[in-house]
Amino acid sequence: MSQPSMWEALRGVVRRDLLLAMRHRSDVAMSVFFVVIVASLFPLGVGPEPTVLRMIGPGVLWVTALLACLLSLGRLFTADYLDGVLEQMLLIPQPLVVLVVGKVFAHWVFSGLPVVLLSPLLGLQFGLGGDSLGVLTLSLLLGTPTLSMIGAIGAALTLGLRGSGFLVALLVLPLFVPVLIFGAGAVTSSLAGIGSEANLSLLGACFLLSLAFAPWATAVALRIALE
Amino acid sequence: MQWGSLTEFWAMGGYGLYVWTSFGASALCMVWEVLAVWRRHAAAASRDVS
Amino acid sequence: MSFTGINWFKYSSPQAFHPLAGRMIPWFSAAALVLIGVGLYIGFFVAPTDFQQGDAYRIIFVHVPAAWMSMFLYVIMAAWAGLGLGLNARPSFMMAQAIAPTGAMFTFLALLTGSMWGKPTWGAWWVWDARLTSELILLFQYIGIILLRASIDDLRRADRASAVFALVGVVNVPIIYFSVRWWNTLHQGASVSMTASPKMAATMVTAMLVMTLGFWMYSIAVTLARMRCVIVERERQPAWGKNASIQEVAEAR
Repeated sequence: MSQPSMWEALRGVVRRDLLLAMRHRSDVAMSVFFVVIVASLFPLGVGPEPTVLRMIGPGVLWVTALLACLLSLGRLFTADYLDGVLEQMLLIPQPLVVLVVGKVFAHWVFSGLPVVLLSPLLGLQFGLGGDSLGVLTLSLLLGTPTLSMIGAIGAALTLGLRGSGFLVALLVLPLFVPVLIFGAGAVTSSLAGIGSEANLSLLGACFLLSLAFAPWATAVALRIALE
Repeated sequence: MQWGSLTEFWAMGGYGLYVWTSFGASALCMVWEVLAVWRRHAAAASRDVS
Repeated sequence: MSFTGINWFKYSSPQAFHPLAGRMIPWFSAAALVLIGVGLYIGFFVAPTDFQQGDAYRIIFVHVPAAWMSMFLYVIMAAWAGLGLGLNARPSFMMAQAIAPTGAMFTFLALLTGSMWGKPTWGAWWVWDARLTSELILLFQYIGIILLRASIDDLRRADRASAVFALVGVVNVPIIYFSVRWWNTLHQGASVSMTASPKMAATMVTAMLVMTLGFWMYSIAVTLARMRCVIVERERQPAWGKNASIQEVAEAR
């Protein structure tokens, strides 16, 4: 029997996780509705003043996306950990990093991507328009995978611990700060008419940096958790 | 020596509250930490013997 | 494995380290007391009043050393953690565990004294300056490491998981510092700059450096003392007891 290549292993993991997620569609719907509801609460709390809403909009939407990612992190490894599949997965001949990348990608497709697709609508609620809507979507498209990758480290470190929900927030939120700053900054600067290229490229740098380090750290953390 | 009297020293040119809060809090934290470590060691050592 | 005649590896075992640390603590404590005393004397009685900030500037004699220590200690903690992961060495993890609370305390002090200095100087208790923000995030990371360790019962996993997080945090803090600086240039509103500090007299610098050295000595003394606690506490763990199987002891190491 020939061993599957790394690419095939990656595709296998992604397909499996996507299939599993498709069978629990209500989970996905929940994270999407969470974002919609939280984003709709802010105008009710702050008041309908359009200039104020436009000012806080980028930050609010970004923080909402961040929280949605955080809440969905529990799903990333827990189910596989509880039924013992994860332990079997550590034994595959391919590097564990490949598996991590696959799982994180599948997680992003069902937690980050819906937020990205929904963001233009949510932006309209806050009176964003034209260019800034595009920048919001683009910044979330670059930023949410980064959040998923960084969050995976926290999810792996707290795997199976009591009170891991709060703990993962405590560990991961400080690591999300740069992404939040650049992501919301991109939209704010496009609203101010300064141009969002600088912020977007820094966001891209964050993405590349976390792509280079986060799956590797997650793999180490998974091995520690399952030893 | 730039302080004419003790009250002048305490006043710190009008900033006494800020200066003494800072130094007081730092001293308090450090003393508390030393005591905490001391007690932790005492507790650990006593349980070790029993 | 001898190194200039002394077997350094002897001290890498907890049982040998415990008495050695006990002998070293009084010396470092004495050095800390003397240096902090001298630093306070220079700071309060030799250093002149600043003509711009008045006597409020004297807060920096505790603020700057505390801020420096908070960062030094984090880097040192992460280095021990990395060494522990690389060499699979238990004492390194114990060092990292011993350093974390002291580092967190200095971070807290740096934030507190920073706001005490900021109120009279800037007129605000808190400013979203790059240094303050990264110091705040540093505090969150210290707390995260301590809580992560506390919530894992298995010692080996606790050691390694908190080590991984400490190492991730080392990358994070500089990124946050630069991102907040960048962010501040975008939001010109709160343009209070901490970097435009007035020229300092030589005695001020001396007081600051002596205080920093004193804090170093204090940190070493407290860390060694806490290391002793950790060693004693861990010896009580089942894997260290006389009835433990060889395999259990081997796993614990």
